[in-house]
Amino acid sequence: MLSIRDLQVTVDDKQILKGLNLQIKAGEVHAIMGPNGSGKSTTGYALAGKPGYEVIGGEVEFLGKNLLELDAEERAREGLFLAFQYPVEIPGVSNMEFLKASVDAQREHHGLEPLDAVSFMKKARDICKVVGLDQSFLKRGVNEGFSGGEKKRNEIMQMMLLEPKLAILDETDSGLDIDALQIVANGVNALRSPERSFIVVTHYQRLLDYIVPDYVHVLAGGRIIKSGDKSLALELEEKGYGWIENEVA
Amino acid sequence: MSQEQIDSLIRKEYSAGFVTQIESDTLPPGLDEDVIRFISAKKDEPEWMLEWRLKAYRTWREMTEPTWAHVSYPKIDFDQISYYSAPKSLADKPKSLDEVDPQLLETYKKLGIPLHEQEMLAGVAVDAVFDSVSVATTFREKLKDAGVIFCPISEAIREYPELVQKYLGSVVPQKDNYYAALNSAVFSDGSFVYIPKGVRCPMELSTYFRINESKTGQFERTLIIADEGSQVSYLEGCTAPMRDENQLHAAVVELVALDNAYIKYSTVQNWYPGDAQGKGGIYNFVTKRAVAHTNARVSWTQVETGSAVTWKYPSCVLKGDNSVGEFYSVALTNNFQQADTGTKMIHIGKNTRSTIVSKGISAGKSSNAYRGLVRMNPGASGARNYTQCDSLLIGDQCAAHTFPYIESKNPSAVIEHEATTSKVSDDQLFLCQQRGISAEKAVSMIVNGFCKEVFKELPMEFAVEAGKLLEVSLEGSVG
Repeated sequence: MLSIRDLQVTVDDKQILKGLNLQIKAGEVHAIMGPNGSGKSTTGYALAGKPGYEVIGGEVEFLGKNLLELDAEERAREGLFLAFQYPVEIPGVSNMEFLKASVDAQREHHGLEPLDAVSFMKKARDICKVVGLDQSFLKRGVNEGFSGGEKKRNEIMQMMLLEPKLAILDETDSGLDIDALQIVANGVNALRSPERSFIVVTHYQRLLDYIVPDYVHVLAGGRIIKSGDKSLALELEEKGYGWIENEVA
Repeated sequence: MSQEQIDSLIRKEYSAGFVTQIESDTLPPGLDEDVIRFISAKKDEPEWMLEWRLKAYRTWREMTEPTWAHVSYPKIDFDQISYYSAPKSLADKPKSLDEVDPQLLETYKKLGIPLHEQEMLAGVAVDAVFDSVSVATTFREKLKDAGVIFCPISEAIREYPELVQKYLGSVVPQKDNYYAALNSAVFSDGSFVYIPKGVRCPMELSTYFRINESKTGQFERTLIIADEGSQVSYLEGCTAPMRDENQLHAAVVELVALDNAYIKYSTVQNWYPGDAQGKGGIYNFVTKRAVAHTNARVSWTQVETGSAVTWKYPSCVLKGDNSVGEFYSVALTNNFQQADTGTKMIHIGKNTRSTIVSKGISAGKSSNAYRGLVRMNPGASGARNYTQCDSLLIGDQCAAHTFPYIESKNPSAVIEHEATTSKVSDDQLFLCQQRGISAEKAVSMIVNGFCKEVFKELPMEFAVEAGKLLEVSLEGSVG
């Protein structure tokens, strides 16, 4: 599914990723943890192709394609989804219009007709229920005036609607109360399938009680310094990151 | 002036000015009283009309060009402009769309303009069998049954002199401003509308249906009179870009809404804006004003995307008690376009109300200014105004300006002004792109969302067209 080799990324001439290696197979869930400033969000942005995140070395292959050659929108249409840590507002553009445009852009990319309005609405309404958003959110401006939790649930709704091949969740759990956390986790778990992979970026072990990962990686100083199974997350919760950094050094 | 004199004038100027052959019905550049006599004679006008034009010309000569607008352009040489050019004969027009500039056709296609309408906009010679001719005739019949007069103003001057004499220049006096004076002297043609007392015009009027006059030239004059208790909606301007070099377009539009009347005037303006380097394009210097009598309502809605330089302030003089003025505007500038546009709401009567919603969008290296005046006269007790003035910036090389003037001479008047400036951010674009939406589509969605409040005021088919027009006008605005 995804193969990252020696990825090096700079932001504003400062090198953040210093040789990241990661292999993800279809159906796997990988959690990335690590201290602040270790490059977790940068990994997500660089994979999604955000302008300003300059790849200065390494290779990324996604579903057999050279990911780094594709524009941001092409990566999305190929099935790469990034749930934002801080989703921006787009006033005046309704959530519905926005969602329909994204769904249609992806369908067009795969040679499909645009979804008819009735099927689209039904699907969107059903997903609203799953993530606990009132249907009125479809008519509101994209993220306009949404609370922090509503924005995160809106991201999950988009993910469920677009059904990506690879979803990257960038600290989707931050700022969520326990109920919202469960809703987000339910959304992810509902989408788990042998064809779909996830990268879950988080600070807290708590989320991983609900989304159980196949692998846990610790990112520090722009590299993955330790990998393990879900028990690694528990160990981190108990001991912090210091011991690994010492162990590696 | 006799026909002989006219002919000799043309011949004389030909030999002096031109080596190449030109059409016999085009005057050489330059403006003097003879030119005005020529125009008036060509149109077979009555003496009073000629006198009116000459008076305007003499006024104009004493005036100087206004320089207060926030725009800059090389000084116009008024002696380099030809003030009369009759429509080309059928023989000179393109025979079919194959002979029309493909770039122009491409734009029509993007706007979704039907084929037969494209032919009309491009000035393809149409014969009598052509569908829309009969369509136009049908419309005229229907209007006639309702007692509505809708004809070229040149025809109205001959057929309805008492109405024209009474109202022409009553809203925009000749000496109102430099360009209005020039227009009064040399106007070529335009529309005339009269809606009789109590009549609700059975259809939306549009210049589109006045096929013969689709090429009315650069000095249009429009006069609309809605008699007591009548209603009319008028749509102006096709969305056709004109592929001309820097050309002056100085129109005057006068609206008279008598007691209890309602006039809705919608414009979609897409004159040629010049190329991406800022070469060419129309100078659009237009005076539009309405007078609203007791309980009358006037609503201006405009979508301005064209022209190299725009200087335009559709205004309402709220003369009668309880009269209402509205102004809904979207002005978009891209590349090197400059716009200085807004409105004036002059509250004279008691309990008069006005609403201004202005949406300015700047992209490329363009400059977009809103200029508005809200004046509450001493007699305007209980008058109210609400102004909302929003600017949206795309990119980091464009400019948005706001010049709101508020004058209140009545303590009971209430004036509200709200303004915002925002920018299409990189993060917004990236969010859209991350969901598979292209940057261009994203900008168009954001801009359309920004303009929603104005678009909902437009007649249905115009709103769709306006949305598409913005998309076309924004092409290349994101790198």
